[in-house]
Amino acid sequence: MKSSSLNKLTPYFFIAPAGLVLALGLLYPISYMMYASFLDWNPSQLIGEADWVGLKNYSTLWQDYAFRESLWVTLKFAFSVVLIEMILGLSLALLLDRNMRGMSALRTIFILPMMIAPIVVGLMWRYMYHPSIGVFNRTLNSFGFESIPWLSDSTWALISIIIADIWQWTPFIFILCLAALQSLPRSTLEAARMDGANAWQQAFYIKIPLMMPVLIVTLLLRLIDAFKVLEVILVMTNGGPGLSTEIIALRISRTASEFRELGVAAAMSNYLLILLLLLTLSMFLYNRFIEQHRAKSFNAIGKTSP
Amino acid sequence: MPVITFKNLRKAYGSAEIIHGIDLVMEDHEFTVFVGPSGCGKSTILRMLAGLETVTSGQILMNGKDISQLEPIERDVAMVFQDYALYPHMNVAKNMSFALRLAKYPKAEISQRINNVAAMLGLETLLHRKPGQLSGGQRQRVAMGRALVRDASSLLMDEPLSNLDAKLRVQMRTELAIIRDKIEKNIIYVTHDQVEAMTLGDRIVVMREGSIQQHGTPQELFETPANKFVAGFMGMPPMNFMDATLVEENDKLLAHTACFSLPVKDLHNKHQLPSSGEVTIGIRPSALLPVVAADETSEHTLTLLIKVCEYTGSQSLLIAEANGVRVLVEVNSQPSFKVGDNIKFSVKPSDIYVFDRNTELAIY
Repeated sequence: MKSSSLNKLTPYFFIAPAGLVLALGLLYPISYMMYASFLDWNPSQLIGEADWVGLKNYSTLWQDYAFRESLWVTLKFAFSVVLIEMILGLSLALLLDRNMRGMSALRTIFILPMMIAPIVVGLMWRYMYHPSIGVFNRTLNSFGFESIPWLSDSTWALISIIIADIWQWTPFIFILCLAALQSLPRSTLEAARMDGANAWQQAFYIKIPLMMPVLIVTLLLRLIDAFKVLEVILVMTNGGPGLSTEIIALRISRTASEFRELGVAAAMSNYLLILLLLLTLSMFLYNRFIEQHRAKSFNAIGKTSP
Repeated sequence: MPVITFKNLRKAYGSAEIIHGIDLVMEDHEFTVFVGPSGCGKSTILRMLAGLETVTSGQILMNGKDISQLEPIERDVAMVFQDYALYPHMNVAKNMSFALRLAKYPKAEISQRINNVAAMLGLETLLHRKPGQLSGGQRQRVAMGRALVRDASSLLMDEPLSNLDAKLRVQMRTELAIIRDKIEKNIIYVTHDQVEAMTLGDRIVVMREGSIQQHGTPQELFETPANKFVAGFMGMPPMNFMDATLVEENDKLLAHTACFSLPVKDLHNKHQLPSSGEVTIGIRPSALLPVVAADETSEHTLTLLIKVCEYTGSQSLLIAEANGVRVLVEVNSQPSFKVGDNIKFSVKPSDIYVFDRNTELAIY
């Protein structure tokens, strides 16, 4: 081979190992899942023995009340945790972005929940939510309030897992926001101060708009993660009571292991994947739309009067 | 427009004091330039005046009213930052109107003020653009416009031209001088560039290590520097310094060095001279005049060996040596000088500055 053509191929040799890992670790399982979603496949069968049923798994899922309920629970869960976490994380970051004694220690303590294994988080919260010995009910009782059926009432159970998730993942948003805040140009903030912006106005008119790219990526990461959450809820409620906390990841896991319907589970996973892809895509499109819209309106302003 | 007064102004970070008791009066409608090497505290003083840095002790007075504890917005000052500090997510019009919008001015007045300032700075066609779509010079003008729209009585500028390339800097300097005549404001300007200081300032404050070295008009600073530092800092190329001994012969002062002796003008404050007569003399590069061959009779000259000749057009800068001491000479490029030549130069007695070698203070 000529050395010039070898030279051209060099970059491909370098990325070949990564490409191989990607193909084996990502593309293969995904295509396997795609294929499996068209099969009526029992775990006792080999994949070759399973019957091809086409889109039947996909269509029956829509008539399945449990699946629709689980999808609804997932949407409620994901959007409420991410919304609350974003607000809390951003507010904390805005509040703690200052040089005070002991601030670095405080920041470290803040991110501790993120470092705990999800199973442990689930266990911890299950004990805290325990109807009689849990710290919440004991505290409520000691102040003379009634006990709350944290995990045994369907409405409260959803609220309880939302609280636990917020506790665990607000720090993630907090540290990303803090990093974004600390990389903002100091002189721009000083200019805002000179222009008479108070702390609120600085946050709303300068800091948050400048942090927007980071906020959007953070939101996306958290949403994707929230749609896939499993372990904490598995340990805390195992989807109950009823289907009130059976998020889709849990439904998939039960369909595969308890109901032994691998094809249906794969179809459900595909629905989740499509949902997340749509979410990501719409966020990027929205972002682009906003930018174009802004440019247009600014042009309009420039033409008439400022 | 207010008179701004600093009274024993100090700034310390922990135990390290970086501004040592500044006393200064900046008159009404005056363009004051703070100049000095980096780290001399000039920017800190400006930021204290702006309200971005706290005052450790002392006072800042505006027309007699102490403003040193007020918030920036309460001080009636606007500022232009070195890196412009524009709001990247707002277009030019929004950048300029931010302060007015915060202060809830009526829309009609905001747009009128923006149009006025934009017209003055030539920004009319750029109002809808974002900072990212502007060149360095345009951003600089927007930063200036944002400060002017506020119509504060004093305008603070922190090295506003230092991020521009050399050609644009000279152009903006001229524009600044023109704008300056159109606006009735105190301007307080910080720079490390003595040319900017000389060309723009009504008065210059030369700073060094947190203290004022001299405060005066560009001419005063150039012609009667208070000390060796000011003499060396103001003027380009810088003044030459040489150790010399002053001796009085026949009622005339002569400066003796190892290889030449030159007559010095009569000093009013002879009593300030050290008894040993040991001083530092200073001669500006342009004060050294080549002695033409016909004039060989002139008795007080110094002979310099030309080491390097930097041709810059009509003028040339000679880097020469006298007895191992480097001397800069600014001459007309015609007649030309060759490297390796030994050339005789004379100096008018009035062009020789005398400094106390220990205190570095100028003696006149």
